[in-house]
Amino acid sequence: MNASFRISGAGRLSQAKTASFSFDGKSYLGIEGDTLASALLANGVHLVGRSFKYHRPRGFLSAGAEEPNALVQIVRDDARKTPNVRATVQELYDGLTANSQNRWPSLAFDVGAVNDIASPMFSAGFYYKTFMWPKSAWLNFYEPKIRATAGLGVSPDRPDPDHYAARYAHCDVLVLGGGAAGIAAALAAAETGVRVILADEQAEFGGSLRFESGARIDGEDGFAWAQAAIAKLKAMDNVRVLSRTTAFGYYAQNFVGLVERVSDHLKSPGRELARERLWQVRAKRVVLATGAIERHMVFANNDRPGVMLASAARTYLNHYGVAVGRNVGVYTANDSAYAAAIDLRKAGVNVAAIVDLRDNPSGAVIDEARSLGIEINFGRAVVSAGGKLRVSSMTVQPKNGGGERRIAVDAILMSAGWTPSVHLFSQSRGKVAFNEEARRFVPGTYAQDCVSVGACNGTDGLEATVDEAYAAGAQAARDAGGKDSSGKMGKGAKPKVDASESWSRGMLGAAPGAGPGTTVKAFVDFQNDVTAKDIRQAVHEGMHSIEHVKRFTTNGMATDQGKTSNMHGLAIAAETLGKPIPQVGLTTFRAPYTPVTFGSIVGHARGALFDPTRRTATHGWAAAQGAVFEDVGQWKRAWYFPKAGEDMHAAVNRECVTVRKAAGLFDASTLGKIEVVGPDAAKFMELLYTNPWEKLEPGRCRYGIMLREDGFIYDDGVVGRLAPDRFHVTTTTGGAPRVMHHMEDYLQTEFPHLNVWLTSITEQWAVIAVQGPSARKIIEPLVEGIDMSDEALPHMSVREGKICGVPTRLFRMSFTGERGFEVNVPADYGEAVWEALWTEGQKHGATAYGTETMHVLRAEKGYIIVGQDTDGTVTPNDAGLDWAVGKKKTDFVGIRGMMRADLVANGRKQLVGLKTKDPKVVLEEGAQIVEDPKQAIPMKMIGHVTSSYWSENCGRSIALALVAGGRDRMGQTLYVPMPNGTIEVEVTGMVFVDEKGERLNG
Amino acid sequence: MLLIRCPYCEEERPELEFRNAGEAHIARPTNIAAESEDDFEKFFFIRSNPKGVIYERWRHIHGCARFFNAVRDTVTDKFVMTYKAGEPRPAKLPGASK
Ligand SMILES: [Zn+2]
Repeated sequence: MNASFRISGAGRLSQAKTASFSFDGKSYLGIEGDTLASALLANGVHLVGRSFKYHRPRGFLSAGAEEPNALVQIVRDDARKTPNVRATVQELYDGLTANSQNRWPSLAFDVGAVNDIASPMFSAGFYYKTFMWPKSAWLNFYEPKIRATAGLGVSPDRPDPDHYAARYAHCDVLVLGGGAAGIAAALAAAETGVRVILADEQAEFGGSLRFESGARIDGEDGFAWAQAAIAKLKAMDNVRVLSRTTAFGYYAQNFVGLVERVSDHLKSPGRELARERLWQVRAKRVVLATGAIERHMVFANNDRPGVMLASAARTYLNHYGVAVGRNVGVYTANDSAYAAAIDLRKAGVNVAAIVDLRDNPSGAVIDEARSLGIEINFGRAVVSAGGKLRVSSMTVQPKNGGGERRIAVDAILMSAGWTPSVHLFSQSRGKVAFNEEARRFVPGTYAQDCVSVGACNGTDGLEATVDEAYAAGAQAARDAGGKDSSGKMGKGAKPKVDASESWSRGMLGAAPGAGPGTTVKAFVDFQNDVTAKDIRQAVHEGMHSIEHVKRFTTNGMATDQGKTSNMHGLAIAAETLGKPIPQVGLTTFRAPYTPVTFGSIVGHARGALFDPTRRTATHGWAAAQGAVFEDVGQWKRAWYFPKAGEDMHAAVNRECVTVRKAAGLFDASTLGKIEVVGPDAAKFMELLYTNPWEKLEPGRCRYGIMLREDGFIYDDGVVGRLAPDRFHVTTTTGGAPRVMHHMEDYLQTEFPHLNVWLTSITEQWAVIAVQGPSARKIIEPLVEGIDMSDEALPHMSVREGKICGVPTRLFRMSFTGERGFEVNVPADYGEAVWEALWTEGQKHGATAYGTETMHVLRAEKGYIIVGQDTDGTVTPNDAGLDWAVGKKKTDFVGIRGMMRADLVANGRKQLVGLKTKDPKVVLEEGAQIVEDPKQAIPMKMIGHVTSSYWSENCGRSIALALVAGGRDRMGQTLYVPMPNGTIEVEVTGMVFVDEKGERLNG
Repeated sequence: MLLIRCPYCEEERPELEFRNAGEAHIARPTNIAAESEDDFEKFFFIRSNPKGVIYERWRHIHGCARFFNAVRDTVTDKFVMTYKAGEPRPAKLPGASK
């Protein structure tokens, strides 16, 4: 393809370095250093997309990050299909493949464009009106249709194969924006020796110096000066220079989020390169040098491909060497578009006419345009652009009405003036102020340690900008603790501006021809297809706050966040309301400044690295035995140990029966363990648990219940008293951290007079539960120094000694109802001791069992699991655990809450057992319980199933449930309505096996 | 991410190291079992939830693990100051106009 719009001698790219690329399947040639936009324009391609709502053909509005129209899909492979990439930002690489979006079947012929003809249906607020009725149509008709036609690209359907890096950084001065202002500020700050980070979203620094051909600094062309200054900054040890890096969010205490695009511009980024890098920077001072964004003119059909911002046309010419047309028109309300006309004219492009809304402007730039023979029309407006897939003409009229004249053009360059980019300032919670004279919002009241310089601060002119920025950079460095630039490091000098371009103010709102009473499609917000008429309609329909106007029309709510449209929309709303602009107010800017990928936020925290994985000492052994694991919080726990041919059901049944017939080994290491030590340990335990502890003898254990102050069960566990001043406390697996937090809270803040230390020992001790009639026979041969007879080591006692030659805290306790032990050994010995116990266990027919069997066995005995059978609204009495509350105690956490009227009232939900009338039916946990299944829906629910299992030992299903007044309902029949029919259940006690508890000693 | 000064570590650390622990200066009654329903309600359930300056407890849970008190503006999220647990509510706030 012949790049016929590339102007030889123009631009800064080397013509020798070509890159081929494709757009919608067609191949083109570009040049290295191009953006996709400049490369397409060099090939004369303006039509690149269809608009969101009306499917109108669209081209390039801008040459930068503010682009609302030219969104494309970049396809590297099946997993890398990035939608909504701004073609004006995407750098070209050899082999780049891009597709247009939001069109079917093709970009030039799009069926969805019927929306444009049917547009009265889609006027302001159409989301809220058109699709409201009938309700069911939303799901079945409107939403699928809207989704099909109004897509903004297609998501890749495979996991993202790229990786994303992340860095934290600290600096004294963070400079955001690398135009003349940012560079001057960075130079001044860097020369003091403080740590400086300078970031800019573009591949090359320079900002508007990329197109301002009239700027000269320190005797050089402005852009060349910028490159030299950046080279100088890069060479300094105290400076980090980040290009292709967007500051997207400004958070509290000068915390700024930046995304660096590391490899999206490369032909074949290697695996060693991240796609993007998230920088989280904490800066002592921030200098905002974010520049200004040019506004378009609001007139009929101002969205036709070929109609673009004047500064964009200059950028394409002066930086990329591309003419955006051969016969361009200019429509402006300020001086800066003249420079575009002059640059293009000098490059050999015909400028058909300049149309200037102003009556009699004067100045050097106007004189120069005139001297080049360009036709200039003052006091006139472009009332309409002709053409469809590409602009073909502009219709000009005196601004107060009169005869129309149609001028043939192939591009219209427009400028309504410049809007200071106060986005980051606004995100920092600074308050903007409206400058009446210049008709723009500028930074007003600062909320953080930052300063705005240059165009984003409403400072006009290059010399004033550089002066202001240099002074602010030096001041920021001083404030951050740096030395004055006249000090040790000070060898810099303020850049000297030798020449700059003239600057004048512009206009806000709709231009003549698109004013009140007109119904033309004069776009304010291109990306969301919002016209001047829509804004007026919103006001007429009662939206009087700009926040309401914004939401009703969706003006400024697209991915470009209204960078070009907000001020126009505000001005039109203010005019319609008959109010001054500041009274209507500016909408709040929020992060992100430009769209940020999920990948950059997520970084490495995905897959296995999303959350830490905790494994017990026996994990490897269990895995080798073929155990199936389940996630319990961060822990991997052995769930069941299937033998060949067994499914989960068969394995669990076998494990359950074997434990009660012989014995079983279970890894209980994940239980939380806290050592409570000190002279006041017992006093502390008295306050934190409902039970009495002072009289518990060393060597004995007790089941403890912990409440919150409101009287509800918070945690439970067996506590062993190792010595008068030492308790070994166990907690639930999931509760360990919060129990520790709860204990520390009371110890540090309510009971600081108690002399106690708390230490988490969860990971220090591996715990092997050996349960079942043969449990003692399995352990005994391996133990030294502990008398394991029932007399010496009765149920609920603890001894310290040795097992397999290593220290142990041996608990006699049971969560199965069988004779049981929990062998605590230092975690490093956990696997070895397990294997020794396993070898012994084999002699007695023991099985290894997992968490599922543990759950069934404890439910057979009616032992609760806090968090499953309780839900944060269950008292000890509700759970049938009144016996564990010390009746003579005068204080413990929860003692008062437990006595609240509602908590002692009749009819509270109480834990009971349930047996289904059909023993084969296993209830669903969480299922609701009713008294009368024939009552009308919604039925009165009197409780729910908390635990439910098949019990092979009982030969039937068993369940626990919380039921209103449950203990008074023994023997009653209740009902569990399910989708496939109602299940009859009988209320029973909670113990299904060995009600008398004889097996604990059996 | 906020920076919070731990009065025990005596330095500013990132918010990730801390956990909020609710309103400060609400002492647990010494004879709590004898509290009336109304008094218990005030102690346990009622919180000031102000728009503006709040006195609250924080814990440097991933640092020194100590609980301390902080004065924070709920509108701006700015920490006015922090001080150790057990110290009285500061009579005067640094640089406060409210
Ligand atoms: Zn600390």
